[in-house]
Amino acid sequence: MNPKRKQRLYVIFGLVGGLGVAVGLVMYALSQNINLFFTPTQIAGGQAPEAQMIRVGGMVAEGTVYRNPESLEVAFDVTDFDHNVRVTYSGILPDLFREGQGVVVQGRVSQGTFQATEVLAKHDENYMPPEVTEALRQSGQLDKMKGMGQ
Amino acid sequence: MKRLWVWMPLGIFLILAAFFFRGLSLDPNAQPSALIGQPVPPFQLTDLYSGRALTNADLPTEPFLLNVWASWCITCQVEHPYLTELSETMPIIGLNYKDTTSAATNWLANLGDPYTFHLFDPSGGMGLDLGVAGAPETFVVDADGIIRARIQGEVNQRAFEADIEPVLRGAR
Amino acid sequence: MMTPEIGHYALVLAFALAICQSVFPLYGYFTKQDGFVATAKPLANLQGLALLISFIVLTAGFLSHDFTIKYVADNSNLNLPWYFRMSAVWGAHEGSLLLWALILAFWGVAVAFFSQGIPERMAALVLSVMGMIAVGFLAFMLFTSNPFVRILPFAPANGSDLNPLLQDPGLIFHPPMLYMGYVGLSVAFAFAMASLISGELNEKWARWSRPWTTVAWAFLTLGIGLGSWWAYYELGWGGWWFWDPVENASLIPWLVATALMHSLAVTEKRGLFRSWTLLLAIAAFSLSLLGTFLVRSGVLTSVHAFANDPDRGVFILAFLVLVVGSSLTLFAVRASTVSKPGEFGWVSRESFLLFNNLILTVMAVSVLLGTLYPLLVDSLGGGKVSVGPPFFNAVFVPLTAILVSGMAFGPLSNWRSSDDPKLFRPLIVTLIVSVVAGLVWPFVHDGQFSIPTAIGVTVALWLAIATVIDLVRKVRSYGGLGVTLSRVEKGTIGMWLAHFGVAVMIFGVVMVENHTVHRDLRMGVGDTQTLGQYDVIMTDLKVIDGPNFVSDAATFEIYQGDRLYKTVMPEKRRYDASGMIMTEAAIDSGFTRDLYIAMGEPLGGGDWAVRLSIKPYVDWIWAGALLMGIGGFVAITDKRYRRRVTRNTPDTEVAGVDGARA
Repeated sequence: MNPKRKQRLYVIFGLVGGLGVAVGLVMYALSQNINLFFTPTQIAGGQAPEAQMIRVGGMVAEGTVYRNPESLEVAFDVTDFDHNVRVTYSGILPDLFREGQGVVVQGRVSQGTFQATEVLAKHDENYMPPEVTEALRQSGQLDKMKGMGQ
Repeated sequence: MKRLWVWMPLGIFLILAAFFFRGLSLDPNAQPSALIGQPVPPFQLTDLYSGRALTNADLPTEPFLLNVWASWCITCQVEHPYLTELSETMPIIGLNYKDTTSAATNWLANLGDPYTFHLFDPSGGMGLDLGVAGAPETFVVDADGIIRARIQGEVNQRAFEADIEPVLRGAR
Repeated sequence: MMTPEIGHYALVLAFALAICQSVFPLYGYFTKQDGFVATAKPLANLQGLALLISFIVLTAGFLSHDFTIKYVADNSNLNLPWYFRMSAVWGAHEGSLLLWALILAFWGVAVAFFSQGIPERMAALVLSVMGMIAVGFLAFMLFTSNPFVRILPFAPANGSDLNPLLQDPGLIFHPPMLYMGYVGLSVAFAFAMASLISGELNEKWARWSRPWTTVAWAFLTLGIGLGSWWAYYELGWGGWWFWDPVENASLIPWLVATALMHSLAVTEKRGLFRSWTLLLAIAAFSLSLLGTFLVRSGVLTSVHAFANDPDRGVFILAFLVLVVGSSLTLFAVRASTVSKPGEFGWVSRESFLLFNNLILTVMAVSVLLGTLYPLLVDSLGGGKVSVGPPFFNAVFVPLTAILVSGMAFGPLSNWRSSDDPKLFRPLIVTLIVSVVAGLVWPFVHDGQFSIPTAIGVTVALWLAIATVIDLVRKVRSYGGLGVTLSRVEKGTIGMWLAHFGVAVMIFGVVMVENHTVHRDLRMGVGDTQTLGQYDVIMTDLKVIDGPNFVSDAATFEIYQGDRLYKTVMPEKRRYDASGMIMTEAAIDSGFTRDLYIAMGEPLGGGDWAVRLSIKPYVDWIWAGALLMGIGGFVAITDKRYRRRVTRNTPDTEVAGVDGARA
């Protein structure tokens, strides 16, 4: 093999090897940093892991929003009309956060409540985040199965 | 070896494209109009106030609107005055969706009740049959009981002209 | 009065012209009929004219409140100010596609105009490929997203208003800039395809497509920078980058285009990396098409996705598969014939550029993976997941640090072989200086040590000094700054500016991410809070009527010691037509920090949730992007891009000029 070809070969091996290692590291980082999505029903059923960062979607249940009069602490229920999850949060809520509107919260389950680090609502009155639709669809199916059993 | 690697980008791209195609069909809004041209799906529900059993036979025999609403839905309040106005032109059947009797009747008592009657669907089963993604949604049904249009979100003058007016005109 | 139908007809005409533009020159090329080849330029100009008419008609519709046009009725309002009615033209799906098509046609016209130096047959092929892209986009527009659809006979009396998020000066410039970049990459793509079709895969195509790539890259840089700035003050809460799929969709082509620019340099000067450069040219444009697909099909969710429509998604996906699939197939068939053996030393400019390409590619691939991962998992039945900023930061931060070390060495090295350690000696000295400065800086800033800041400042400073060292060496060898700037390749000046911009941006990012002072508070009229060295007092709360909104506005007085520094008024707006609520933050920009005050929500009893922040050096992020963009524009002014190829300058001459380095 002449030196030119040899160098080409090294370069290609270097590229492929480097890319391989990089992609491996990226995949590892990815597996460490994804947030799984759960419905309120799954959380009520204890299917969500404690103390791991997850997301929950649903509607903010009517009449459940409570603000601490002294601070920015806020608590509310997220519901899929089957089960509710109590969410606590400290900070500023998004502009479109309202009772009866769809919401996605990110945070951890701790001692039966969901401690949110982030509350997301979309900037559109008619819009429901797909995660919320998904949660409602799943609970809707559950409801339908119950209905058929009766 | 050279031969092989030049084909690699194409291969990777095609695998990605297959995922994208799958992703498109996964979209929750993928079948928005599956029911258009179909009759209203069969249902057995109760009246919101009286609890009387209601079926497809109770639906009007002239063009009407089937309006999916709930007391928890903000946009439903927005479209309420327009529906009230519209109820003088054509019957509007309410489908009270994933709600409770007390919240729903309170809401109607406060804002007025333009509806001919209400189907009470607390579990959302009827909503699922209709493929409802949220509230409000409104189905335009013609005199033969066939769904002609679906309005996602607020019913207003523009939705009336685009989706309701043609059905009304066709009926006359 | 211009009727919308004229716009529609012009669009159909443009479609027909685009079909001719893609077929005639190609036919002429293969049958060697110069008559057909010569049609390329006039057709490109006519197509541009037709689209310009179409665009003007739609703009006129907006300005004259023609609500019989559905698109106008959906995105405008009688109360909307005229400048937002202009920018509303590209505020939603249909109109932004029209802008896309217009810009594509504009690039076609530009290629036709600036291609005197390129053989006629080659220019015709390039325009033919651009015509094919135009055919796809115009068909997409005509069949699924026509902006001229009318609401007749019952036109609404008033429109439903432009999305309030988009009622902002940032939107007037951000999309056109971004599209200039996205679409500009189609020129590099078309050049790559033309050379693959013709089989003339020599260094010339690299020289021809280099200025086009650089200018597209510069626009893309400015577009992304503007988008980030817009997000900072309009989308809310003072973040400057959210790793949102739509942002990623612009960042991925940018990373690949950056790699392409550097790889093209090697291909032009040394004739190496040819197939890799071709692949990058294809990838850069394909990824901007992919971005379009992701934004418009609704397969990914995002804060600023356009209304999703699966039919449109299927159309774009089909188009994407056709464009990318056929170009990659052509690449696979032809690429094995293009390689030219050439040697370069392990330490040489080639190696550093190869290294740079590797890192940039890994960055692009990881952003792509992170963006698509939720979709992949969902496709495989793994449920819904989301990938957040921690992933992207974990990948990006170390890679950037590695990339910067290459950026410090690369410009100081020579082509072919650069074994002389004397070349790099100043870098070692400056590295020591930078490390010391990095270690000291956190104490200077706020008296506390911080490892990320120390590393970040070291890296940024090292890069800045390395760039200056290169400049100083050139000045020494030419004997004067003025002589250097007039004699040295403009590309080199552009590179200095851009690399310096990267250093400035890194510094801004490091400071904002590690030293932002940030407080969410409950405040009412009369309350005082301390924010760093400032005291902030809420002095008033009132309701203001805007043209198409009502807002709650709070007045804050900011004191520095006893001195009143500034009075600001953040607002919470409610837009009449849509009922949407928008946060208008009050930002006091400065060289070393921004003061950021935004209103959250009313808490009852006249109190509001308020966010107060000090963002150190945040404006340096956008200043860095601006320097990079300017660098790109400077680079394309180089004389050799305007030189006629008929004279056929030998490569050695260019290499000779370059040899003056070191």
